[in-house]
Amino acid sequence: MAENIIEIKGLWTKFGDHVVHRDIDLSVRRGEIMSLVGGSGSGKTTMLRQMLGLERPTKGEVRAFGVSLHAGDGEARRRLRNRWGMLFQEGALFSALTVFDNVALPMRELRTLDEDLIHDLVMLKLDMVGIEARHASKMPSDLSGGMIKRIALARALALEPELLFLDEPTAGLDPDRSESFVTLIKDLHRDLNLTVVMVTHDLDTLVSLSTRVAVLCDQRLEIVGTLDEVVGNPHPFIRNFFMGERGRRALEVVQAVKDVMSMT
Amino acid sequence: MANSPAQGITVPQLHIESMADGASRIELLGNWNLIALEHRVAELTSQLAAFSSNSAIQWDLRGIDIMDHAGAMVLWRAWGRQRAANLVLKPEHEMMFSHLAPAMPAPAQVPRDWLRPLVVMGQKLLGVIDHFSAVLMLLGQVMLDAAFLIRKPYSIPWREISANVYRTGAQALGITALVGFLVGVVLSYLSAQQLKLFGADAFIINILGISVVRELGPVLAAILIAGRSGSAITAQLGVMRVTQELDAMVVMGIPHTLRLILPKMIALAISMPLIVLWTNAIALIGGMVSANAELGIGYIYFLSSLPDAVPVENLWLGLGKGVVFGFLIALVACHFGLRIEPNTESLGVGTTSAVVTSITVVIIVDAIFAILFKDIGIG
Repeated sequence: MAENIIEIKGLWTKFGDHVVHRDIDLSVRRGEIMSLVGGSGSGKTTMLRQMLGLERPTKGEVRAFGVSLHAGDGEARRRLRNRWGMLFQEGALFSALTVFDNVALPMRELRTLDEDLIHDLVMLKLDMVGIEARHASKMPSDLSGGMIKRIALARALALEPELLFLDEPTAGLDPDRSESFVTLIKDLHRDLNLTVVMVTHDLDTLVSLSTRVAVLCDQRLEIVGTLDEVVGNPHPFIRNFFMGERGRRALEVVQAVKDVMSMT
Repeated sequence: MANSPAQGITVPQLHIESMADGASRIELLGNWNLIALEHRVAELTSQLAAFSSNSAIQWDLRGIDIMDHAGAMVLWRAWGRQRAANLVLKPEHEMMFSHLAPAMPAPAQVPRDWLRPLVVMGQKLLGVIDHFSAVLMLLGQVMLDAAFLIRKPYSIPWREISANVYRTGAQALGITALVGFLVGVVLSYLSAQQLKLFGADAFIINILGISVVRELGPVLAAILIAGRSGSAITAQLGVMRVTQELDAMVVMGIPHTLRLILPKMIALAISMPLIVLWTNAIALIGGMVSANAELGIGYIYFLSSLPDAVPVENLWLGLGKGVVFGFLIALVACHFGLRIEPNTESLGVGTTSAVVTSITVVIIVDAIFAILFKDIGIG
């Protein structure tokens, strides 16, 4: 179904005289996992913040679910915030609240659910991301980075969003945990019919999750396409990114898996 | 795809039919997701509750367009945390119930503890003792550092000291001047009203001089500096703790008492008496202006009789208090700053306690000074 969840048209972002994005058009389709890739300082995270309405475009428009993020109906925009969830890079859990209260907060903000139902839903969300019930009363400062990410994911999923934003989901996790986190995101994407927009520069994450990849480079959107299409692009940054030692290794694994699949 | 919004947000509905054999069949329609349920949870829960005990009911969930965990959870609870006996549903909704499988145990009731108030009081007391011993240890460490610096004067952190003098002293001149001037004006105006009754106009100089130089100047300055620089010191050290900067310094072999705390104490002990002097001067000018307006006392007369009315010991006493207050404010602020835990709430609590404690300490010490030096400078 070629329905666009997010549509960006002619986006310019400037901080003072510094141009971050120059005339960018991008759309995210329902059900896909779109990865934003680019060198450091290429405006990937700023792009994500634009999609969330945390930054204001200098020029151009960002629409999510057909609603403009900066013009028009305030009520429509408020409802929008119940339809998406965001996983911040460092988790951004409220340090003054327990794990349970962190996940319960968005549900309590609706002010229509009773406390019993919230309790059951929070426990369900924690279970879904693989956090045991005994951790629910702990404070975020007592937890490891991997657990904080999982709990932040549970909080992002608290209001049953259709759209999930991930900022560097596997940064700061050891390879084993980042592998299991990728699997978790994959499962949730399949089970909950999520659309995912992700910023990452971890190649393994990129290769194993992305439906499509968007490459930001020199203030512009260089290419949007499937992994195969992007890898074939001759742009020097992309060649460097994917055809470096690490990139080739990650791609070889994918190729090997594909070969095995085609044989069986 | 089932999850299309093209159908719009349709209201979740219950459709109840009675069948020929007396059993009922309940058909659920619409969207059973959080957005659609948001305002109808209570209503639907009570409707569903009416059928919860009846296991003969056939539940038909095939009419549901969109379902998420919130919707599944509402049904699950209505069924008494188990799967309804006669249930048909769309295959894509099946997995919404799969995570719900184990019925979660109710949280155990904690029995009431009658000794709790006693325990809380004991903990508070231990907390106070803990604070005292920590302050003492900090003080000891700082003294050791000072001894170290006396032996190796080339490692005295001059830059930090001068930066702190500038921040806690020079930048505080504006606010202390404003407050000092206003207090001087008010004090002089109110005293003048009383003195006029007795015709004792000239004593305004004694009253203003003694009270400002000996008492009000040092205490006002200390309270302002405690609020301004004390909170800043606590917050700075607290954030450095949160961002692991303190740990980084320890790893590099830079003792933070030497580089962060001692310079702040020395700097406040230097800048406080200067601020006291400044506050005294401005408060006396304020009082002089007011006395001139109210009682017609000339500026020249006021200034020339000030040294006779106020023995110079009062000034030394006031400045000495300034040194002690500055040192204490820095000590208390640093102590609370080092105890901040890595979360936002602790930062707020720590900063508040630092300011409240340092002001309290300043006033207690001021009272001790008043008793110790009761024979000096007055009478």
